[in-house]
Amino acid sequence: MIAIPEKNFLNEPRGLKSWLVTYDHKRIGLMYFFGIMFFFMLGGIFAMLLRLELFNPGKDFIEADTYNQFFTLHGAIMIFLFIIPSIPAALGNIILPLQLGAKDVAFPKLNLASWYLYVIGAMFFIASLVAGAADTGWTFYTPYSIQTSTAVIMTGTGVFILGFSSIFTGLNFIVTIHKLRAPGLTWFKLPLFVWGLYATAIIQVLATPVIGITLVLLILERVAGIGIFDPALGGDPVLFQHFFWFYSHPAVYIMILPGMGIISELISVHATRKIFGYKPIAYSSLGIALISFLVWGHHMFTSGQSVFAAMVFSFLTFFVGIPSGIKVFNWVATLYKGSIRFTTPMLYALSFLILFSIGGFTGIVLGTLSIDVHLHDTYFVVAHFHYVMMGGTVIALLGGIHHWWPKIWGRMYNETIAKITCGIIFVGFNITFFNQFIIGAKGMPRRYYDYSEAFHFNHAFSSIGAWLLGLGFVIMAIYLVHSIFKGKPAGDNPWGGLSLEWETTSPPDPHNFHSIPVVEHGPYDYDKIIPKSAYQDELEKAKATA
Amino acid sequence: MDSTGTLWLPPGHSTFASDVDFLFYVIAYLSLAFFVIVTVGSLYLAFRYRNKGKRELTSGIAHNVPLEVTWTLIPTILVFVIFVWGFKDYLKMHVSPKNAIEVKVSGQKWFWSFEYPGGVTEVNTLTVPVGKPVSLLMSSQDVIHSFFVPAFRTKMDVLPNRYTRLWFEATAEGEYDIYCTEYCGKGHSEMLGKVLVLKEQDYNNWLSEAAAASSSLSLEEYGEQLYRTKACITCHSVDGTANQGPTWKGIFGKTEKLADGSNVTIDENYIRESILNPMAKITAGYQPIMPTFQGILNDRDIDALIAYIKTLE
Repeated sequence: MIAIPEKNFLNEPRGLKSWLVTYDHKRIGLMYFFGIMFFFMLGGIFAMLLRLELFNPGKDFIEADTYNQFFTLHGAIMIFLFIIPSIPAALGNIILPLQLGAKDVAFPKLNLASWYLYVIGAMFFIASLVAGAADTGWTFYTPYSIQTSTAVIMTGTGVFILGFSSIFTGLNFIVTIHKLRAPGLTWFKLPLFVWGLYATAIIQVLATPVIGITLVLLILERVAGIGIFDPALGGDPVLFQHFFWFYSHPAVYIMILPGMGIISELISVHATRKIFGYKPIAYSSLGIALISFLVWGHHMFTSGQSVFAAMVFSFLTFFVGIPSGIKVFNWVATLYKGSIRFTTPMLYALSFLILFSIGGFTGIVLGTLSIDVHLHDTYFVVAHFHYVMMGGTVIALLGGIHHWWPKIWGRMYNETIAKITCGIIFVGFNITFFNQFIIGAKGMPRRYYDYSEAFHFNHAFSSIGAWLLGLGFVIMAIYLVHSIFKGKPAGDNPWGGLSLEWETTSPPDPHNFHSIPVVEHGPYDYDKIIPKSAYQDELEKAKATA
Repeated sequence: MDSTGTLWLPPGHSTFASDVDFLFYVIAYLSLAFFVIVTVGSLYLAFRYRNKGKRELTSGIAHNVPLEVTWTLIPTILVFVIFVWGFKDYLKMHVSPKNAIEVKVSGQKWFWSFEYPGGVTEVNTLTVPVGKPVSLLMSSQDVIHSFFVPAFRTKMDVLPNRYTRLWFEATAEGEYDIYCTEYCGKGHSEMLGKVLVLKEQDYNNWLSEAAAASSSLSLEEYGEQLYRTKACITCHSVDGTANQGPTWKGIFGKTEKLADGSNVTIDENYIRESILNPMAKITAGYQPIMPTFQGILNDRDIDALIAYIKTLE
């Protein structure tokens, strides 16, 4: 029988106060986790309400103004409060120092400060719900955002504060990865999740200040009329779009790069196979991070920007696709002559390969100048970014949660229910979003409260898928919470992984490791070592007796 | 060329449609091929090499140079071809033919208005002849809008502080939807219009009847009136003499040398900028003395002046 260590970071020290003033990266990561899960639920509820309203054309139960606020809230909450902090600040915070064999991140106090900034930023969002939530879309395009009477300033301030939270995390991770690697853990022995977080952190530190500045200018424009974006004062509203996307395009990679890092871990560990093309995967993360700064104009092909600019941005957009493609091929090749276990994390990894590929291919369609003119600002774009952000990042996040859950809590969830739930989410997601490609290509514009009867069937179909998707998440919440209390003890290394986080106890000690780990093998040396795993031993024994 | 619509795309009725649709399907089928490789490949490998109940050492193969070069090079070549192809078609959309009929489009919350040569105006219906290029000079009265006609495969944002242009040539008579595709507030999804494509003869008849019915001044006439009433006449001649400011005669479309040595082509945006922010680009040989007309001339006034300047050949 596998035992759970009596003293671990979850119960030592005890009391609410010990959590609120903790410097322990694992506790801060968990507090982030509960924060992002709360906002994932809130953003999800808004999504459900939107889909309910869109079930039929015309008014079903909310007014156009409310609908506009709801899609703004859905987007802004999902982007700024959920998906950007999701993988780095929650899972990354918990796992990164463990994978490095470190006691903590480089700046534990900064880490805690970043969580409090997250909470303060979130409060501005919550307050804006009462004060008349912004109806600008998460993109805050001027001059609409200057003229609307809704609480743009409050939401903007929230985003500004959340930006600093993100910068703190990024800065912390860069220094941690440079300075706190265990003896023997050279750069090319790092797990690929660390490479993903490293590339992400660079973007967080370099790009996030720009959204901060942009929002300050927007707020000043509203308060003082400084005339930088307002055409009535000689300002240029398209300048806002350039500023906004200069951050928000790299931000897309803040969202996807750590997800790609998780997928590298999942595929290698659950296929018990040395990762194929370690260096191409690691370098492609850095390549993506670099090029991501140079493609923002592809959001503006119909904005009136010059034809020359459009040409350059289209060209670079295609070339940011290549490193992503290389990663996908390497992941597929990793399955060759492995020993694949169809665990829940593996099912999420396979779902990711399928959904992210669709997201990537439709990105090529949208990067093509002549076609983007037709598809821009239609449901085709909506479907595309949901395939990348949800089919990519969120599916990777879920895979990562299921992968590291037994490490964090020391207990395993019910694998059968988890696999069925993965199936429900996969099917629900595709029902919701695949047919949005079709109505988008047929000309259905996005952000429409009302639509013509011709699109009725597809909209209703999407709405049904959304409810199925929602059901999947409810089931997941139930079995995950259940496992915290009643789950089967998982042991140190339930999956048989080789990176350092599997060498400590589950849940880990408050100080992570009892002694400084010394690294003698790579994170993926499954061709040389069969890792010890009490949990797998039990499974094999049960199979043999059956 | 026309198409009757497919599973993915709506019927196409402009000269751009067949090019856009063809390239769309080229990419779609290429994507499908790669998608099958990735999906079938990963599922096949996952089942073929599934764990048989015992943990064991597995393959250490982590590189294969020919394979890796192939899967880098082939996609790179393909996307380069797609890029050039897409850019070539995009260029066509941005160079409107000289003989195009020019219609002034104005977007505001939440309707479209169209002004034809001769001063005829319509709201939410754009009437055009079939088989003739039509060029839309567009601006917004308030926030950003975007003019989208799915059947023509064309779209362009409509901005409050400058003109944008979009052109098309309809290939079949009929009625086609116009959507606003830049979010503009409460009535965004109601900001709809129709393009009515008529036979050329019918279009001409409609236009002359509508012009006869309209008693108001044409845009050009209104511009000439403003030229005198707003005191442009003090500094700018229309007969070629240079006063404090450059003459307007034949100025439209000319390339002028600026005081800082650069060149500028006199177009709608230059004129608009020179009226609202005269210090931005000073023509070489003239003093920077013109006052701004910000707040004195509204958008329709500026449109009228531009229309008037265009007549001064």
